[in-house]
Amino acid sequence: MKTQTYFLNLGPQHPSTHGVFRVILELDGEVVVKATPVPGYLHRGVEKLAEARTYTQVIPYTDRMDYLANMLMNWGYVEAVEKLLGVEVPERAQYIRVIVGELSRIASHLIAVGSYAADIGGLTGFLYTFRDRERIVDLFEMLTGSRMTVSYFRIGGVADDLPEGFIPLLQKFLADLPGLCDEYDGLITGNEIFQARTKFVGVIPPEKAINYSLSGPNLRASGVNFDLRKNRPYGVYDRLDFEVPLGKNGDCFDRFVCRIKEMRQSGRIIQQALKNLPEGPIQAKVPKVIRPPAGEAYTEIESSKGIFGCYIVSDGSNKPYRVHFRRPSFINLGCLAELCVGWKVADVIAILGSLDIVLGEVDC
Amino acid sequence: MGENVFLNIASWIRGFLDSLGAPLLLNDLIMMIIKASAVIVFVSLNVIWLILMERKVCAYIQCRLGPNRVGPKGTLQTIADVIKLVTKEFLVPRTADKVVFLLAPLIVFVPPALALAVVPWGDGMAAVDMNIGVFYLLAVTSLSTLIFWMGAWGSNNKYALIGGMRVVAQMVSYELPLVLALLGVIMITGTLNMSEIVEAQRNVWFIFTQPLAFLIYFIAGISETNRTPFDLVEAESEIIAGPYTEYSGMGWAMFMLTEYVSVMIISIMCTVMFFGGWLAPFGWTFLPSWFWFFFKVYLFIFLFMWIRWTYPRIRVDQLMGFGWKVLVPLSLANIFVTGIGMYVYRAIGW
Repeated sequence: MKTQTYFLNLGPQHPSTHGVFRVILELDGEVVVKATPVPGYLHRGVEKLAEARTYTQVIPYTDRMDYLANMLMNWGYVEAVEKLLGVEVPERAQYIRVIVGELSRIASHLIAVGSYAADIGGLTGFLYTFRDRERIVDLFEMLTGSRMTVSYFRIGGVADDLPEGFIPLLQKFLADLPGLCDEYDGLITGNEIFQARTKFVGVIPPEKAINYSLSGPNLRASGVNFDLRKNRPYGVYDRLDFEVPLGKNGDCFDRFVCRIKEMRQSGRIIQQALKNLPEGPIQAKVPKVIRPPAGEAYTEIESSKGIFGCYIVSDGSNKPYRVHFRRPSFINLGCLAELCVGWKVADVIAILGSLDIVLGEVDC
Repeated sequence: MGENVFLNIASWIRGFLDSLGAPLLLNDLIMMIIKASAVIVFVSLNVIWLILMERKVCAYIQCRLGPNRVGPKGTLQTIADVIKLVTKEFLVPRTADKVVFLLAPLIVFVPPALALAVVPWGDGMAAVDMNIGVFYLLAVTSLSTLIFWMGAWGSNNKYALIGGMRVVAQMVSYELPLVLALLGVIMITGTLNMSEIVEAQRNVWFIFTQPLAFLIYFIAGISETNRTPFDLVEAESEIIAGPYTEYSGMGWAMFMLTEYVSVMIISIMCTVMFFGGWLAPFGWTFLPSWFWFFFKVYLFIFLFMWIRWTYPRIRVDQLMGFGWKVLVPLSLANIFVTGIGMYVYRAIGW
């Protein structure tokens, strides 16, 4: 009997491509012969838009990139402008940045963990993580008036000091966080079926991970110990004590577990930052109109998805001449086509989910 | 209290027909039609309640409240949903095989409805008390495979096609342990009549003598009804809705209805074959037999929902491996052990 392969258009409208992402699958029965990722459905031209905005006006565009880790996106951008300007950020602002940045990382990982559970078919885990993420979002709302599009960072500091009642609520959340992570472990990680679905699926060996320029939990799950917060500390991370969770096999399961472990570590980081939080100004002295000297700057921070880089070229005017963002989700997606080959349709969803992409960031 | 309420109604109707001077054959025919339609109407209405129950159970498992706006405590939510589905347009894709596509939702409810005819709802309360009840029930329920496949093929959609292939593979593989698991019980009782099987459990329920068979039957039953962790057929996160992808409005609702009735049938079979059907536990006969029957059935339905909202989904090759390498050998072993047990039992002559 003669058989033939056929094409299945997975997306851009599909429940588990995490947005408007499309993969053209060539299938032999249910087995993937070839996978062609097609990103770009959410392209808004943030980099081009930035060229027509003043330096401060770019900030709101950044938290629409990875809208799940909004604070970190802000941070990556202002870091580059500060380097260009040569501004020293005050101590208190540095610590506040760490606090909100790590909160953002937890929020982003919560969604990654929950939506991964939904991808594998257990919808309850999804609701659990969203319930807990709500508390972080509420904290952000308290702080900035906005739940997701925070635009909280400013060049040289942050927009506002921590409001009254913020710290007790935050401490309560941090106290609950290890218990919540245990709950996810109990419901999702420990589940026999979940492990059968994810262990040794979509394995990325360390060399391949480096060759594909992966970063973030995806890289560390392969056993490569590289975290910018440790390896090239920025802000005040060198003064904080935390561990970098590593995986062993580089499979979907390790990538998933890495995220849960990172949440626990982020909780530790915030606790230390809260303890050491100094008094003082939250904003450095910067001119009203920001005109960095002509030149260029590139900075990187460890976002929740990986290394978020920002490259700015200034021509001395009040608007950037060119802005480029190194978006970790986009670069992590590079290995998808190779990873999917030989696996089944269900595994494509598992692999894509474990890479944890956000389409706002992929398409920028 | 109310033990014979349904039986009294039945004998009253029969007496009424007699008084009209109807011949015996006609009388029997009318009674059968009345009983069968009563069962079908009850089950269809019951689905409305089951869907509400599922949404509430799922909501409480997921730390939500569930529907609570339409009617008192959201009890009318499903009615509102049904009205929405009825008034929705039934879209037929241009490339669909129209006859097959339209026929599938029309006949999808037939096999479960046929199966329900032989169910003993209480003491002497089977619509049709058939000698080969178990065999008949298994035979008609396995027809569903064909109808799901019709819908999948008729849609002419690749997601539906994948779902359809999965339906056939899954149902055929799990039909086997499902039937083999019941064989243990049938060997002990020596009858295929469901009322007699229930009667045979007066002293001890078969869950205690056939625990492995129950486990196999329950797992295979989850798979037969396409519910998590075996819901590969409509795996929402992979293939949208499988065979139902192209169905809208009432067409889709018919498939939904069938799913819930299938869950009910599997729960009924668990109750009848392993949990003593309408027999009261601990001799609590102060409640009528049909109450105990429904109590047990709903417990099983709740168990189904509990499992559905806790477990993730298994993969298609793992599903096949589990069915053929674990369930089938285990069910064969169960038959073997049961046979030896019966022989020893007779030899000792208890």
